[in-house]
Amino acid sequence: MQLTRRDALALGGAALSLAALPMRALAATDMVGEAITAFTGGADVGERGITLTAPEIAENGNTVPIEVDAPGAAAIMVLAAGNPNPDVGTFNFGPLAASQFASTRIRLAGTQDVIAIAKMADGSFVRASQEVKVTIGGCGG
Amino acid sequence: MISRRDFLQAAMAASAIYGGSAFGNWSRLAAQQAMTQDDLLSFDTSGNVTLIHITDIHAQLVPTWFREPEINLGVGEALGQPPHITGTDFLRRYGIEANSALQYALSYPDFSALARQYGRMGGADRIATVVKAIRADRPDALLLDGGDTWQGSLTALRTQGQDMVNVFNALGTDAMTSHWEFTLGLDRVTDIVDNHLQFPFLGANIFDAEWDEPAYEPYQMFERGGVQVAVIGQAFPYMPIANPGYMFPGLSFGVRQERMAEVVAEARAAGAEAVVVLSHNGFDVDRKLAANVPGIDVILTGHTHDALPEPLLVGKTHLIASGSHGKFVSRLDLDVRDGEVKGVNHKLIPIFSDVIAPDSEMTALVEAERAPFKDELTEVLGRTDGLLYRRGNFNGTWDDLICDALLEEREADIALSPGFRWGASVLPDQDITREDLMNATAMSYPEAYRSEMTGELLHTILEDVADNLFNPDPYYQQGGDMVRVGGMGYRIDINQPQGSRITEMTLLKTGERIDPTKTYVVAGWASVNPEVEGPPIWDVVEAHIRRQGTVSVSPNDSVQVVTG
Repeated sequence: MQLTRRDALALGGAALSLAALPMRALAATDMVGEAITAFTGGADVGERGITLTAPEIAENGNTVPIEVDAPGAAAIMVLAAGNPNPDVGTFNFGPLAASQFASTRIRLAGTQDVIAIAKMADGSFVRASQEVKVTIGGCGG
Repeated sequence: MISRRDFLQAAMAASAIYGGSAFGNWSRLAAQQAMTQDDLLSFDTSGNVTLIHITDIHAQLVPTWFREPEINLGVGEALGQPPHITGTDFLRRYGIEANSALQYALSYPDFSALARQYGRMGGADRIATVVKAIRADRPDALLLDGGDTWQGSLTALRTQGQDMVNVFNALGTDAMTSHWEFTLGLDRVTDIVDNHLQFPFLGANIFDAEWDEPAYEPYQMFERGGVQVAVIGQAFPYMPIANPGYMFPGLSFGVRQERMAEVVAEARAAGAEAVVVLSHNGFDVDRKLAANVPGIDVILTGHTHDALPEPLLVGKTHLIASGSHGKFVSRLDLDVRDGEVKGVNHKLIPIFSDVIAPDSEMTALVEAERAPFKDELTEVLGRTDGLLYRRGNFNGTWDDLICDALLEEREADIALSPGFRWGASVLPDQDITREDLMNATAMSYPEAYRSEMTGELLHTILEDVADNLFNPDPYYQQGGDMVRVGGMGYRIDINQPQGSRITEMTLLKTGERIDPTKTYVVAGWASVNPEVEGPPIWDVVEAHIRRQGTVSVSPNDSVQVVTG
């Protein structure tokens, strides 16, 4: 293969735009896919039966309250898709748990999707996600 | 035969399709200048429950000028829908006659000329007359205030909102919700709520941030006309983001749709036969809330300062928009029977101050509140040869003037003025008094900062604010307008995603493109950050006005807007 000058320029442009993207974000995208695959074993993921509650716009990106509720779940995994390390945690519910509900606060590096995936007692999986915006704010009124 | 009174009222059953014809006839009558107080107040009292709605008065106790926006773009499902219709499109939609009083009250074309013809609008003493007249018809009518009441004037700033609290107590208000109230600081809000306010301060979406527990009463049940009416308060969702969070530490807000659904269900379970949400969400947020949360009969909208002549129906929920700055009061008669709202009768009552007689008791109270500040209020700072107004998505002449002042007095390359929607207008060839200046600037974090920013940061700021306005999902909108920019032009494509809307940022004094890596001197005001240093913005603008004598704001064509 012979590189023409135009190809070289185009490649240069592509390299430049790749460099402009934060490497951590690229890495995180991979890590989200890997974490989901590790949790679900690649099974199909439905959407009914799980509720994720998070603010649309974070008041403070350093401590964002979220809640997950998936009646009948054995475990719920929470991911922050845009964080350098997207793994927030996995809540496991024993057979005697009265409800399959958890709330916590997470730190978000910027505007991103928060994802919750529940493993149900029958081995099926359901998923909910919501974009949480982290804004500099200050001009409403 | 249709009676004269029928012309003055848009009546409807809850399920009816709304047309603008009745309203159009009303405006024709007004155009003939046959307008009387009786015309404005005439209403076929119906049903068994009456609501009176005032919102976003922004501390305007006396009649004022207020020009409605020329540019108010809607995105997503709100594209081309009320309230995102302006000018002749608005007039056509609601059947409003050209050059009528209602054109003046509800839209911007020929504003300056029509203002001279039809006079100032609003005034607490005129509002008191309207409230008393409605209560003469229906003594137990509920008066509900949507908030942004304690901020926006010199007197409210000096008295920390006490003048407004006294006036709204005297009006016989039954409940309120909030936004700018919290910029007085949490201690002052607590003092007012505990010691001065004679009615509930409601906010279902205000939570203690640490324990995530409700911090204020979510709703109040009223027995009216033999039925239980629940009024749920919904404060401005983005308080700690759009305003300085350090002023009300420990409080968390948010739309909290699921919380609203819970409170509606709780109120219904407690026996509510009608559920009214007194909201400071902003119109588009309320449109989505109405679609997603069942069981709400009426949302009294606020925050976005829209005035609509007719309710907008979303499912079974009536959305009411009552304007701002005291220009309008909405009256709503509900027919509540068998546990549900069977019919709604609505009128947006324009408060033409030359037509509605002042209530003498309220005039006396307002004068007493203003008396200690009379010399300041009336002090003339200069003149303007053009109309000074604030509203518009991208600029207004008040903010053009403020940006000019920041550029010159603070020797900056670029000036930023927040996209506030409050601020009364000043007509061409009028004096600018200190009261006028404070009507456009009075607030509790007025420091005019001067700092250095890179071109990249400026772009980030513009993109961030643009997304607050043009995110197609209303729950991500904060309800202000675009930050106003002096000294720099840009192009905005509102339909692009965040990060791609703003292009062609240009430094106007050189005509050069803004360099992301270069540093620029930026002056602005109303930063939400703590410990901002600088003189209050009104000192900066006053110095500029005094230096100019008569201010002339040049037409602003430095923002190129792409909407297609």
